[in-house]
Amino acid sequence: MNLESMTALELGAAIKKGEISAVEAAKFSLEQIDKYDRKFSCFVTVQDDVISRAEEVQKKICSGEYISPLAGVPMGIKDNMCQKGIQTSCGSRMLYNFKPTYSATAVELMMNAGAVPLGKLNMDEFAMGSTSETSWFGATRNPWNINCVPGGSSGGSAAAVAAGECFYSLGSDTGGSIRQPASFCGVTGIKPTYGSVSRFGLVAYASSLDQIGPIARNAADCAAVLGEIMKQDKRDNTSVETRGVDLQAVLNADVKGMRIGIPTDFFGEGLDREVAAAVEAAAKQLESMGAAVEKFDMPIVKYAIPAYYIIASAEASSNLSRYDGIKYGYRAENAADLLDLYTKTRSEGFGMEVKRRIMLGCFVLSSGYYDAYYRKALQAKALIKSAFDRAFEKYDLILGPVAPTTALKIGENLADPLKMYLGDIYTVMINLAGLPAASVPCGFDSNGMPVGMHLIGNYFDESKILGAAHAYQQVTDWHTRRPAGLNSIQTI
Amino acid sequence: MYNTKVWETVMGLEVHVELATKTKIFCSCTTEFGGAPNTHCCPICTGMPGVLPSLNRAVVEYATKAGLALNCEITRYNKFDRKNYFYPDLPKAYQISQLYLPICRNGGIEIEAEDGGKKIIGIHEIHMEEDAGKLVHDPSTGSTMVDYNRCGVPLIEIVSEPDFRSANEVVRYLEKLKAILQFIGVSDCKMQEGSLRADVNLSVHPAGSEKFGTRTEMKNMNSFKAIVRAINYEAKRQIDVLEHGGEVIQETRRWDDSRDASFAMRSKEDAQDYKYFPEPDLIPIEISEEVIAETKKSLPELPEAKRQRYISELGLSEYDASQLTTSKALVDLFEQNLAAGYPAKELANWIMGEVMHMLSDSGREPEDMAFDYGYLGSLIGMVQKNEITRNTAKKVFKAVFEEGCDPVKFVEEHNLKTVTDTGAVKAAIEEVVAANQKSAEEYRSGKEKALQYLIGQSMRALRGKADPQTVTAILKEILG
Amino acid sequence: MVITDELVTYLEALGRIKLPEESRAKAQNDLQEILQYIDTLSELDTEGIEPMSHALPLTNVMREDIVQPSAPADEVLVNAPAKKDSYFLVPRSFE
Ligand SMILES: [Mg+2]
Ligand SMILES: [Zn+2]
Repeated sequence: MNLESMTALELGAAIKKGEISAVEAAKFSLEQIDKYDRKFSCFVTVQDDVISRAEEVQKKICSGEYISPLAGVPMGIKDNMCQKGIQTSCGSRMLYNFKPTYSATAVELMMNAGAVPLGKLNMDEFAMGSTSETSWFGATRNPWNINCVPGGSSGGSAAAVAAGECFYSLGSDTGGSIRQPASFCGVTGIKPTYGSVSRFGLVAYASSLDQIGPIARNAADCAAVLGEIMKQDKRDNTSVETRGVDLQAVLNADVKGMRIGIPTDFFGEGLDREVAAAVEAAAKQLESMGAAVEKFDMPIVKYAIPAYYIIASAEASSNLSRYDGIKYGYRAENAADLLDLYTKTRSEGFGMEVKRRIMLGCFVLSSGYYDAYYRKALQAKALIKSAFDRAFEKYDLILGPVAPTTALKIGENLADPLKMYLGDIYTVMINLAGLPAASVPCGFDSNGMPVGMHLIGNYFDESKILGAAHAYQQVTDWHTRRPAGLNSIQTI
Repeated sequence: MYNTKVWETVMGLEVHVELATKTKIFCSCTTEFGGAPNTHCCPICTGMPGVLPSLNRAVVEYATKAGLALNCEITRYNKFDRKNYFYPDLPKAYQISQLYLPICRNGGIEIEAEDGGKKIIGIHEIHMEEDAGKLVHDPSTGSTMVDYNRCGVPLIEIVSEPDFRSANEVVRYLEKLKAILQFIGVSDCKMQEGSLRADVNLSVHPAGSEKFGTRTEMKNMNSFKAIVRAINYEAKRQIDVLEHGGEVIQETRRWDDSRDASFAMRSKEDAQDYKYFPEPDLIPIEISEEVIAETKKSLPELPEAKRQRYISELGLSEYDASQLTTSKALVDLFEQNLAAGYPAKELANWIMGEVMHMLSDSGREPEDMAFDYGYLGSLIGMVQKNEITRNTAKKVFKAVFEEGCDPVKFVEEHNLKTVTDTGAVKAAIEEVVAANQKSAEEYRSGKEKALQYLIGQSMRALRGKADPQTVTAILKEILG
Repeated sequence: MVITDELVTYLEALGRIKLPEESRAKAQNDLQEILQYIDTLSELDTEGIEPMSHALPLTNVMREDIVQPSAPADEVLVNAPAKKDSYFLVPRSFE
């Protein structure tokens, strides 16, 4: 049995059939981590109870208690999701020693489905970034080229799947943090409709935009994970009742007769030619499979980034105020007084990007500027939503690039924050509108770096997105390719 | 006091009221007062990373009730906002409150004005919010200790218009407000436990001037008496400043009751900028016309209506009716016994007399009365049936009030029943007369005072258990 | 909108952070650039548009008023950097 090429669903089925045990699968993943993680730095924490948990899961699979198709499959969790008793640091010095006494609802739901958590995955500090370089624990590397970033902020979650260190992972997406790293790492990831996965236990970056979703090797695996975690949760007042995801419907879907719109505004200045070519080829492929593809205009696109950075920074500045050295986490030493404790703790505990966004957030909310910035951004958000509402009257799905480029070199973006922000142009508007969207591998550039296509659906159309992605993955093999030389990489 | 012809004082009130819900506003921890530090807490009310608020339905219901009882308009579509500031008693570093769309607006309460007429104090708005934790100074380490038990207890903040012109008006308003909120059952309004707290905004300006002066805000007053003292102190302080050519600084001041003075709270390094914005973790609240109508219907008789009914239907005096209806506890005491058939006037006399007397002696609030309210009726009943004298009854009531004793048992155990056996009374009085021949002679020679003395001696001999009228009659008979 | 040195200081104070001296100038410059870009939003005509906080039009999600057990104090304080007698400890914070 070649575990290295298996998907999560294939492994789950093999465990169910008794062809392999959950313990063997867990051991395999631990070996993979051992083999590759020193090189890619995907994991911040590897749990020491993986084997005992796998044993317990195996028992419950045998007794029929765990019936999920993913029962027994090893999973990675982004380090901003709380797991009881496990360090949850958000890639920050501020929470370097924080062990929550509760678990995120999404983590709990996966545990109830028989998941075997391997540990916590690296990320940009407090999910602020598009490169996974801003983590207090150091940068994660892209398995396709270790001199490149894996994208961010769920860089660890995407890279770990690409490197085969876990079979699927949970990530979070505030402005593209699942889709962009999935695109950079050649894996499949989906941000579901806002409110469809509980945010309880997800350490907040920007509350009105944050959403948890899966990163996996293909669309079917993503559908299986969403099937477990898309549940309404009383502990999250913004959580909604959804139809969930019907795995069988996803597996049976085809794109015949599907209407797909491509915003011309997604193909403007700044888009890499090779990325554009790969995405256009993917559109052709879908067309050849029976979809009706058509271009349309969506001029509001250019206002998405300003609106996003105002809203996200504002909410972040408030959400991150609780880190003050009093209740948990890092606390500066030798503070002269209370103000000094706050300032020292926060100056030493937060990195530069977090500080920048806190300051930006404080600015747009400060008296005298609220209306011109924050209120205006909420109006832009309303306009973006109605632009999508109009588009979905005509189309089943909207297609475009996930990011303007493939993965950049390490350090390239860090020096120029505005340039990094502009890389989020296609993803942030989806969060503003609260829509579901996936990144699906659709090619490589001439440097051998993966390209992802963006499939955006109407509210609660996760099954439609993943169905189209699955149909596409039945006739293409971009998603099954592995970074060259993964097997030749030895521990160094 | 200052000259009110020269200076006019203007005040507005921000009253914070803790709601009597079972659980906190955004988590299911108990709101019970007290408890060992940090034992009424969970990850939500201590602001742990990743947790979310979950709104308590009862808070919205109570706030709606309060708004309707205070003649407000209910905001059909209202929302929560975040008020951001750093302080150790606020674990999230923001308070979830309402700024842009508060649940109630444009209400008012009628009070008696300084000139004896009626006056409406406007209520600008009522909003829902969460309480903060408690800070305790630790002298042994020089540090401050933080307890989050109160953190997240639901509050409504009732913001008045700047309609007050004297400390008396403020007290009358607060008394009315307290009574209304108690009657509708949304709060116990115990000031000592902090469930009703008032901040006073105060400014002074030359009498006759249209323009208000610069205001200060005073916090930390935990009794009506302290509020009156603080208002008078602050008005005088501001006038002193102005009369000496100074300027009043807009600031927050803390009232120190033990020092009978207010002090400026350390001004923050930067201007206070709360950076309010809509709370993204909570969704809007919609209150339908039907819910408003139902809530209105469910409101009990409010103090003002009760007051009028007590006068017109029960024949109580204006004063008694007003006093009684300042407190839910007094009204409950009154109405429970009224329902048991005791006469209204007699009950009112007892409450206005002995009950108020015991309350002021003990420094307690009516809501702290711990005895079974029915005991007042049984006591009155015993007097009515001449089982005990009025004097004895007063003494028994002390035991009822202080120790919660059952008066019937108490009278029996202490053998306090009126001596009804006239033979025994006569024998006791004869003994007194025999022992006080001098006084007897004086009475017979026309000195009325001597009779009073003999009555007193007789009552004493009878240990107060005889009816004074009977004693007087028998004495007169013996003395001829 | 110009980001002055005073504004940077004010924003530091609001956020209770202090930038390292050596990266202040760059931070000021970065903020200026970001803000300049963000200011393009002012071109967007939003006349009469209701600000939208939540993309989905939900209302009235509430919980019943039923007490659940609180956490034990040692659990509440388990991550506290400084504590005493089941209190959190902070530097003296009274006037
Ligand atoms: Mg308030
Ligand atoms: Zn709680």
